[in-house]
Amino acid sequence: MIDGLSQALPYAVLKPGGDAATALYIVSFSLFILGLKQGTHPTTAKRGNMIAAVGMAVAVVTTLLLDGMGNWGYIAIGLAIGSAVGAYASIRVKMTEMPQMVALYNGVGGGAVALIAWSEIRHGISFGEMPLEDLIPTLLAAIIGSVSFWGSNIAFAKLQDLIPTRPLAVPGQQIINAVLGIGVIVLAIIIAINNEPPSQFLFILILIAAAILGNLVVLPIGGADMPVVISMLNAFTGLSAAAAGFALQNVALIVAGTLVGSSGTILTMEMATAMNRSVANILFSGFGGAPAAAAGSGEQRPVTSIGAQDAAIKLAYADNVVIVPGYGLAVAQAQHAVKEMANQLEKRGVTVNYAIHPVAGRMPGHMNVLLAEADVPYENLKEMDEINPEMPRVDVAVVIGANDVTNPAAKNDPNSPIAGMPIIEVSQAHEVIVIKRSLSTGFAGIDNDLFYEPNTSMLFADAKAAASEIAAEIENL
Amino acid sequence: MSLFTEFTIFVLAIFVGFEVISKVPTTLHTPLMSQTNAIHGIVMLGGLIVLGYANDPLEYLIGTIAVAFGAINIVGGFMVTDRMLGMFSKKPKPKADSKDGGSSDGGKA
Repeated sequence: MIDGLSQALPYAVLKPGGDAATALYIVSFSLFILGLKQGTHPTTAKRGNMIAAVGMAVAVVTTLLLDGMGNWGYIAIGLAIGSAVGAYASIRVKMTEMPQMVALYNGVGGGAVALIAWSEIRHGISFGEMPLEDLIPTLLAAIIGSVSFWGSNIAFAKLQDLIPTRPLAVPGQQIINAVLGIGVIVLAIIIAINNEPPSQFLFILILIAAAILGNLVVLPIGGADMPVVISMLNAFTGLSAAAAGFALQNVALIVAGTLVGSSGTILTMEMATAMNRSVANILFSGFGGAPAAAAGSGEQRPVTSIGAQDAAIKLAYADNVVIVPGYGLAVAQAQHAVKEMANQLEKRGVTVNYAIHPVAGRMPGHMNVLLAEADVPYENLKEMDEINPEMPRVDVAVVIGANDVTNPAAKNDPNSPIAGMPIIEVSQAHEVIVIKRSLSTGFAGIDNDLFYEPNTSMLFADAKAAASEIAAEIENL
Repeated sequence: MSLFTEFTIFVLAIFVGFEVISKVPTTLHTPLMSQTNAIHGIVMLGGLIVLGYANDPLEYLIGTIAVAFGAINIVGGFMVTDRMLGMFSKKPKPKADSKDGGSSDGGKA
């Protein structure tokens, strides 16, 4: 890479679309791929991130060296403001807020693409017309970019509790969305047909219609479905970047955008599988967060209730303990208290692992980061498929702030709304302790059969307080 | 570059993307997302190009915002990913079992 640069430098500037610039862009996207490849293991991922960052530096420097570039003052302002905001946010953000931050980054990414597309259209107008092979990807980039910008802003607002997380639906929503979606495409076709020059007025209409569409698609989606929405918007922004790459005939944008699009698509599919729902169902049903009406029909079933001391005894005399964290743990800020409890157990020679359901947090892998922040070694974070076969050998499973993802009804009751959803099979463990404030239902709005099983004990308390209390009790044993 | 060359690159990139990303373990999915946010910052190149060749006030504005958005993605994305991955590579406090040796070579935060 250094060689490439120093060879190019004597020319002082690179020809846009020339061999030297393209070669450097190829170096840049190769480094992205290498960086992502290193991201497959926790010990190498940090280095991989560095490699990708070097790739980005190569791409940016190459672009700045292009022949005829100007307006350095504006470029400096844009770079300075963006870098300052990005650096500040990345230092200050709490790990519980990572979903918001990623939503926001998805949003600005999509917004940047929509703005670039607008600028491209204006260039096309000043030239009189745009070749269709540039115009079509420009229009696509504008549509996808605008939808992801506005959709991500709504996702951010929901995650940040600026607007209600419950599904907000307008009557006739599906029809409005369909009309907007078709309208955007028709406008794009009209622009492409009357392309001498392309109409800026119609283009702005496209941006606006796509903006409304982005808002309306995400507003009705409930809080529990956020992992899918964030992943999908991630994929969208990637595609929009690839489309911009077609428009600008830039290989770095095409490859990098496609990599991001693939990543977002894989995560979207994994999240949907983990919830046993199709992506279409999540997008168009407004289900996540809507309590199902006839839940449990109010029948009273007996539960076993225990205190922190009993829990401490059960745990301290076990050999093999598995902790099943859910988002409730993060809400209660109980990560460190739980880690302290695990420390006390490990001091007594108890093996402690963590069983993490794919949708335990608010975004893919969120719970893993929250626990890593609390110094839980990543070797102890077990995936669902890894831990389930072990469950019959587990002495005590402690469920903290998780609900639906442990409900045996998903396996046993074909009529359950969550039937078929993959769960962490805690009921296979010898004993189960559920730390929860009450018997209230989870996002699916259904009773959890686990609470009423004979080997389950309920500890009704706040997750953080309970974990600290148990840790103290174990220490005093 | 012809349209078909671009499509060839696009299709191959899809396969590379799926191949590489599907090997990333669940544990690292959040850092993966923030890292792809950063890589998505590549759109800043588009912003730089349109701004670098712009010649009217509206385009200065559009271009500057696009560059700023891209820079947020790049700087914020790589930095926050680095911060998160630091949590994964840092050595756990004294813990009796498991291999204590050189397993995690990467920087301790």
